[in-house]
Amino acid sequence: MGAYGAYVWTCFALTALVLVICEWRASSRHRQICREIEVRVKALGEKQ
Amino acid sequence: MWKFLHKLASPPHFYGLAVRLIPWFAVPGFLLIAYGAYAGLFVAPPDYQQGDAFRIIYVHVPSAYLSVMAYMVMAVSAGIGLIWRMKLAHAVAAGAAPLGAWFTFLALATGSIWGRPMWGTWWEWGDPRLTSELVLLFLYFGYMALRGAIDDTAKADRASAVLALVGAVNVPIIHFSVEWWSSLHQGPTLFKEGGPAIDNAMLYPLLAMILGFTFVFGGLLLRRVRTEVLYRERRTRWVRELVFSAAGIK
Repeated sequence: MGAYGAYVWTCFALTALVLVICEWRASSRHRQICREIEVRVKALGEKQ
Repeated sequence: MWKFLHKLASPPHFYGLAVRLIPWFAVPGFLLIAYGAYAGLFVAPPDYQQGDAFRIIYVHVPSAYLSVMAYMVMAVSAGIGLIWRMKLAHAVAAGAAPLGAWFTFLALATGSIWGRPMWGTWWEWGDPRLTSELVLLFLYFGYMALRGAIDDTAKADRASAVLALVGAVNVPIIHFSVEWWSSLHQGPTLFKEGGPAIDNAMLYPLLAMILGFTFVFGGLLLRRVRTEVLYRERRTRWVRELVFSAAGIK
């Protein structure tokens, strides 16, 4: 890569990081919503 | 056709379909990106003017293309939701916004890093392509902030849809900015008269990256919309049954 190595590798690393963050955010949000629904339905069941 | 669309708009049907489709987007997407990144970094020859710095094109162009495509998905879905009052369309728009914002950030960041050795500057305020892309990022932020500020989902859907549609005027500005005004940014490389202005050894990895990014975006969008559907339908019986069967609770 010569003198441009730092620029090129930074861009590729940043891209990989963003893809990982997008993947992680999608998974964590899904788990969070599922947990919220579980807790809510359990609370409703206990009330009844 | 209408029957298919009507069925697709049904949340339980869409949820099941999304779960089945996600791997068909994710796996080819990551394989294409792996090939494109390897060929772009190690196989494609250096550019005669830019040397190895041109390799940034393999991440910059796909992210820039997706930043605009995600906005188009968002605006069209918001329009469909607004006109036909289809809740699923609003869920698609809500799912596309954060992804679009991430890809816009990536396009701006990689463009800025590429600009430093080529133009001698990280940023140029007078450049129409850079500025219109930055406006796109602010439109995504505005859309998400507006949705987050309104508690009522139906009202949030309508207000954010109007913003998404108004902001769509920025899409042709981004695309044609390099032709309409004098710009530091280079003109079109792929979609120009007489075919792509790039050698095949450089072109194929780029096409693989663009296709790979599109597949990955499709997979991520399906995942986000699936979650959005689950949240919106959280009071319905099918969602309760689904969540409890997934958790192994009877």
